[in-house]
Amino acid sequence: MDGPAATPPIGTHGLEALDEDGPDGDIVVSSRVRLARNLQGYSFSAHATGEEREALLEKARAATEATGVLEEVDFWEIARLDREDRLLLLERRLVSKELIGTPETGPRRGSGLALSRAHALGMMVNEEDHLRLQTLRGGFQLVAAWRDLDQLDEEIGARLPYAFHQEFGFLTSCPTNVGTGLRASVFIHLPGLVLTRQIRKVLEGMGQLGVTYRGLYGEGSRIVGNLFQISNQTTLGKTEEDLIDQLERLVGRVIGYEKQARAVLLREAPNVLEDKVWRAYGILCHARSLPFEEMMNLLSGIRLGISLKLLKSPRVDVINRMMIHAQTAHLARAAGRRLDEADADAFRASYVRKALAARGEPPRQRRER
Amino acid sequence: MDCENCGERKAKITLTEIENNEMRTLNLCSTCATLKGVSAAAGSAPMADLLAHLGGSAGDTLFDEAGEACEYCGTGAGDFRRSGRLGCPQCYAHFHRQLRALLRRVHGSSQHMGKVYVSTAPDADPEQVRLSTLKRRLERAVEIEDFESAADLRDAIHALTEVS
Repeated sequence: MDGPAATPPIGTHGLEALDEDGPDGDIVVSSRVRLARNLQGYSFSAHATGEEREALLEKARAATEATGVLEEVDFWEIARLDREDRLLLLERRLVSKELIGTPETGPRRGSGLALSRAHALGMMVNEEDHLRLQTLRGGFQLVAAWRDLDQLDEEIGARLPYAFHQEFGFLTSCPTNVGTGLRASVFIHLPGLVLTRQIRKVLEGMGQLGVTYRGLYGEGSRIVGNLFQISNQTTLGKTEEDLIDQLERLVGRVIGYEKQARAVLLREAPNVLEDKVWRAYGILCHARSLPFEEMMNLLSGIRLGISLKLLKSPRVDVINRMMIHAQTAHLARAAGRRLDEADADAFRASYVRKALAARGEPPRQRRER
Repeated sequence: MDCENCGERKAKITLTEIENNEMRTLNLCSTCATLKGVSAAAGSAPMADLLAHLGGSAGDTLFDEAGEACEYCGTGAGDFRRSGRLGCPQCYAHFHRQLRALLRRVHGSSQHMGKVYVSTAPDADPEQVRLSTLKRRLERAVEIEDFESAADLRDAIHALTEVS
């Protein structure tokens, strides 16, 4: 028996997707798909003993190392990572809060994460379900994301015996995930619909079509930076392709509404819109202290400005990277020390100033006034 | 604080809505929040709330506390109603009838239409499953201080481990 497996360092895992200038990348930040899977012969993770969870972790480790689609894969036992590294993974949305546990309790025994070094493709082990296969793509690429994940699912399913039921499909700890176990979502920027006061109508309309939404980053369901996550609500009774297709068509319509709203704003209130964009740019270029939420709200203005060609730089992928790297754990890693809130806000402001200065020529106004 | 929508249950979730370009804050119970399309905040159990909301029609009659617990993991109907989580894959067979009714309400269907899984992986060793079941029942017997059953279970586990 070898000694305990090494804990690989956290590099750029999960960040590749942000560099992609995916389709509709100015509106859809990223597309994500996950599959919930459990293994025969074990209780679900929350019900299993620490010993069982650790046995399962080792099986999962061996299975991921044997897959082809992950290419070079890193595997972490969450308990072996320090708190800072766990938060780093959380900020990249590669692990859930449930997987890393609270600061007091830490993770449960046997919690793990497998991740390809080449793409944001991998799985969480012993979260709510034994396996949560997941992938992330930049921009609006649900179908491509599903194709990657389907292949990983085939490979893992050939090595580990999934719990599958003729009538109910893939069995999950919570019946809201049973069947396909598939949750697809897009992370979407909708300032036009917010500014034109149509957002509620659009979001509520979606609720009736088996699709759900929530604000991201905020406490509970607070909306920050005009960013929303839209995902399928039901997982049973439809094929995976139908679920993806349905969400894709619906998001396509939301993108259409958002573009219409932006066109209305440009026509009806160009001065207000331009002022909003430039004001956001001005503050981000000069602020000396930036709380995360404020930064996200201002970046929303910049993203809108880029999309409407009011700003020539930075590029959208620069904004995507800032959204990750200006979070506290990432800032702390860059600083090489723990940051309290005031430190983090100052460090964030400095990071943002540099990122905006380095990544493009000084923006020019679109037209003379 | 009471839920500002139904006024009956305790508010657990703060929902911020955008109306007329203004943020409006509503304090809601998880059930009303779920009905408004908000996924419940981390740590809560939307399924449990849903069961509570379905009340007499599905919650009480379908998942009757008095019914037998899953023989593999010991999860009872009451456990499921409280946590919204099942204990193991076998629970789906154990609560088959109840889950079918529940799934039809939640998903609009109980029939899986997606990928069909035929395991090419080595099946879980039936002996291992049996051993695991016995161990679990032993743990429970000790928990509830049923030492007579515990002694029998311990013997059964010994017999099984000696053979293999």
